[in-house]
Amino acid sequence: MAMAIKASLLLLVFLSSAIVSFSLYEDQVGLMDWHQRYIGKVKHAVFHTQKAGRKRVIVSTEENVVASLDLRHGEIYVITLSSQGSTLRAWNLPDGQMVWETSLHSAQISKSLLSVPINLKVDKDYPILAFGGGYLHAVSAIDGERVLQPPESSIIYVLGFLHSSEAVVYQIDSKTGEVVAEKSMVFPDGFSGAVSSVSSDKIVVLDSTRSILVTIGFLDGDISFQKTPVSDLVEDSGNAEILSPLLSNMVAVKVNRRTIFVRVGGEGKLEVVDSLSDETAMSVSLPVADDQVAFASAHHEGSKIQLMVKLVDDLETVLLRESIEMDQHRGRVDKVFINNYIKTDMSNGFRALIVMEDHSLLLLQQGAIVWSREEGLASVTDVTTAELPVEKDGVSVAKVEHTLVDWLKGHMLKLKGSLLLASPEDVAAIQEMRMKSSGRSKLTRDHNGFRKLFIALTRAGKLFALHTGDGRIVWSMLLNSPSKSEACERPSGISLYQWQVPHHHAMDENPSVLVVGRCGSDSSAPGVLSFVDVYTGKEISSSDIGHSVVRVMPLPFTDSTEQRLHLIADTEGHVHLYPKTSEALSIFQREFQNVYWYTVEGDDGIIRGHGMKSSCAGETADEYCFTTKELWTVVFPSESEKIISTLTRKPNEVVHTQAKVNTDQDLLYKYVSRNLLFVATVSPKGAGEIGSVTPEESALVVYLIDTITGRILHRLSHQGCQGPVHAVFSENWVVYHYFNLRAHKYEVTVVEIYDQSRAENKNVWKLVLGKHNLTAPISSYSRPEMFTKSQSYFFAQSVKTIAVTSTAKGITSKQLLIGTIGDQILALDKRFVDPRRTLNPSQAEKEEGIIPLTDSLPIIPQSYITHSLKVEGLRGIVTAPAKLESTTHVFAYGVDLFYTRLAPSKTYDSLADDFSYALLLITIVALVAAIYITWVISEKKELSEKWR
Amino acid sequence: MFSSSSPGSKKDLETRLLAFDDNLRTTTMAPILRSTPLAALLVFQISLFFFASTLPISSGTEDSYTITGRVRIPASTAIGHAAKFSNINVVLNGGQNITFLRPDGYFSFHKVPAGTHLIEVYALGFFFSPVRVDVSARHHGKVQATLTETRRSLTELVLEPLRADQYYELREPFNVMAILKSPMGLMVGFMVVVVFLMPKLMENIDPEELKRTQEELRNQGVPSLSSLLPASR
Repeated sequence: MAMAIKASLLLLVFLSSAIVSFSLYEDQVGLMDWHQRYIGKVKHAVFHTQKAGRKRVIVSTEENVVASLDLRHGEIYVITLSSQGSTLRAWNLPDGQMVWETSLHSAQISKSLLSVPINLKVDKDYPILAFGGGYLHAVSAIDGERVLQPPESSIIYVLGFLHSSEAVVYQIDSKTGEVVAEKSMVFPDGFSGAVSSVSSDKIVVLDSTRSILVTIGFLDGDISFQKTPVSDLVEDSGNAEILSPLLSNMVAVKVNRRTIFVRVGGEGKLEVVDSLSDETAMSVSLPVADDQVAFASAHHEGSKIQLMVKLVDDLETVLLRESIEMDQHRGRVDKVFINNYIKTDMSNGFRALIVMEDHSLLLLQQGAIVWSREEGLASVTDVTTAELPVEKDGVSVAKVEHTLVDWLKGHMLKLKGSLLLASPEDVAAIQEMRMKSSGRSKLTRDHNGFRKLFIALTRAGKLFALHTGDGRIVWSMLLNSPSKSEACERPSGISLYQWQVPHHHAMDENPSVLVVGRCGSDSSAPGVLSFVDVYTGKEISSSDIGHSVVRVMPLPFTDSTEQRLHLIADTEGHVHLYPKTSEALSIFQREFQNVYWYTVEGDDGIIRGHGMKSSCAGETADEYCFTTKELWTVVFPSESEKIISTLTRKPNEVVHTQAKVNTDQDLLYKYVSRNLLFVATVSPKGAGEIGSVTPEESALVVYLIDTITGRILHRLSHQGCQGPVHAVFSENWVVYHYFNLRAHKYEVTVVEIYDQSRAENKNVWKLVLGKHNLTAPISSYSRPEMFTKSQSYFFAQSVKTIAVTSTAKGITSKQLLIGTIGDQILALDKRFVDPRRTLNPSQAEKEEGIIPLTDSLPIIPQSYITHSLKVEGLRGIVTAPAKLESTTHVFAYGVDLFYTRLAPSKTYDSLADDFSYALLLITIVALVAAIYITWVISEKKELSEKWR
Repeated sequence: MFSSSSPGSKKDLETRLLAFDDNLRTTTMAPILRSTPLAALLVFQISLFFFASTLPISSGTEDSYTITGRVRIPASTAIGHAAKFSNINVVLNGGQNITFLRPDGYFSFHKVPAGTHLIEVYALGFFFSPVRVDVSARHHGKVQATLTETRRSLTELVLEPLRADQYYELREPFNVMAILKSPMGLMVGFMVVVVFLMPKLMENIDPEELKRTQEELRNQGVPSLSSLLPASR
């Protein structure tokens, strides 16, 4: 036993002494990593095709991205992330350089409007009108200065609503900005919903009951209302909704699951012109030749999309009718943008950019999909990993290396490359060979566990399986609600869990994931469970669970088919057990008393611990429903502390050894508990942004709380510090990042927790005589004797998220993965955040690998795992172990996706990819030759000796 | 591509895109030519729904200021990465506000209250020190800036990178010593030593002793390394 500990400790020492920082040669880019750029769900699109050169479409998206896409291939040219605010910016199109920026005076955030004259030319000074926060701004298009000097004097009419029941018309002289005339009129029923502008002096709105269309005319500053009940237009109408597309003299109203087109007559008379099915998306109108205006509509017919372009004035004239085969997993058409071009025969051609329900973006032209982009991947909400199928004997493997000669040739090339003797052509050949090598994109499991699937759930409720080898989408699936009710046709996905991972039993079953969704945005909305086969991407089953989902807790128990037991807590304080089988129930009954969970009420500053009580009473309850009891509460004083961050360890993390050896052969025992909760609180004043509080007013306090007993194990207070706190919790340590107001720098603190009760086991004689307490049972109820060590360092960057590498057995040393606000990911060795660091480490400590203490953590450019790339809009980092102990998968998501494979202590358990087999072979050949030659020489010498 | 077009049309090509930060709402905008073609009337409708009676009276310019600064990247430090201004972000207070550079390298943050703020510059390929910026309320928004990494105070807000970042390791050039130091090089070296130096060693050994050792070897049957090298004893 002692030997084993010693051996593992030696191994640890060996590993830790091999200091490495992540580093990459430039020609290794793309060997283990991939980077995919996305832009998000498109909100607006402007085509830019008039002039020669590259045809582009400029889009703005829900992820606050402004991008320019090539129309032929859909490649991104320029991408810029902008932030929320009340700022107006102009960009130069070819290179995305910002031209000007102007800030609008608005004290409060409100809906903002923007009006840009069409055919904006740079050399003419047209004003751009913008409305924000109750102010109307006219801004020069050239330099962004606030102007009110259009070329000619004109009157700007502004129609606004006050208190949602009063219409106001202002006439503003565009030269001076003075209000010439003002008139208001009260509409007693009130307005609601969107506004549709039908002509220069008329708009159509809905009243507050959503059953009457109101036409507001404001000719020459006079306001007139004209009411038309929707029921006059269509029979048995329900609530109506005005769709935003702008059609001249026409308004599109969605009512009764149909879209009707209502023409607005000269006297404000309304008449129904046409109607379409509900699932139709429409574009804004587009001027085509001969003063005609056209618009496009798209709807589903079976598995095809019908795209139609019609004239606004004459709905019978269909300029274009195309039907395109569409993947069922893209859902319905959400938005359509059209653009026309002149064909060679001088007729009008149309191209349409459509946004689907799963946020994907497609360009349609001449009845075919020119390109498509999976923009749903820009809004990943949860990620989990899954194994690939095992390679079957019958499946033939694509031959990578054909013959020995080819193999040798390849390795000779690599050797040349590593000796820097290769010509540029050789380098290209090597690169190509590496990219194709070793079947890294095969769809089967490999020995080292390098090939895996990352299952990503997006905000649109679509599941994607991404291959770690090359990042391609292996399968994708849009979540469906089983009930197909009107309220919940497409549930929104919340989270992903590994449902069934066959290891030992049930090997013939495919692994599956559990997708928890919700019908609606409210947290009390009923939940939906969906079980998806990982190998095929097909939904095995799905169910409406009939209760809300507040929290999903995977339990550490599996049934005989290796389905993991999950508890789902609802808003009423009940928990529900899944899967609903009698076997799962019997397993759960056995552990009934040992199941605990906690809730954090961040607004009230309360953390509660819960335990199981009994089965649910009542008629609707089934035997899988349980009531809970409150066991403990921790209340933070609301006047001085506000919870800003809570964190636990990853439940599936593997810890190799509890013991940690000190320099003087001393043992420390890590306090490794799954039931620790890290909580960070700040003073309420310091909860805002940096710069809003003085150091004296703010304090940051961190706690370690045991979630079984509610005991506060450790409390650490940082005066003059504030959030935001980004933390990572692994094994027995927490590392967190916060802002120090006194030094005006970011700081990183590490806290390590050690078990005091085992400290006396250090004596070898006690171990030999069996007088140790190593085999004593550990209870979560017992009061742990523990002590902590901590240390703080400065850090020079703002942080968005922190993660830690995880390996299969937990032997390999760890690295922190810090996602900076510059959207890069920095790998920082855990040994830089070690509380045992001292200013002058002794020789023994140096040998152990303790780094001399410095006041700030180093930022080594070579340890950016994203090297010269950016993960635009970074939101999260996920790590997963490979089978090979030294290696870990890292997946980062934001607007972009990035994947790489890391070896925090280098690949000590396998030969590196660039290992030169040729050099080995040459050495062996040379040795054999040398042996032969020396043998011949010695023979000769012996012969001559004998002759003598 | 653009150079082929005539200089006159160049300005037209340079169309600009306007981005508006808040959720863009489609504007109900239509330039209409009414009775006189010269008077273009812009009908501009604003939906003020749910816009309660609290229209801001003043923008409160007394306690909010504009910070304007400049990012300068010396040409000598630019290695590999082209210092493109369009890829540089300037971040105020850890993400509260993010802005971009104008073509001349200037940036500005509007509506910043008096107090102590933090400005960071993020540019791929460069490392910038965060800057502590004190906006004084007493001196009407006078700005004092200090680099937090070097504690150097700046007379004007001109930010330069502390260093250029090299993200990749450089390949070592071909080196005989490196080959010799590699495990295989050491193996070869050891073999060379054994082949050429061992006979020299053997010569120094007394022939009688050698004979005795060889006899011992024969008696033992299995030769061991230690018995082969009596000199090391």
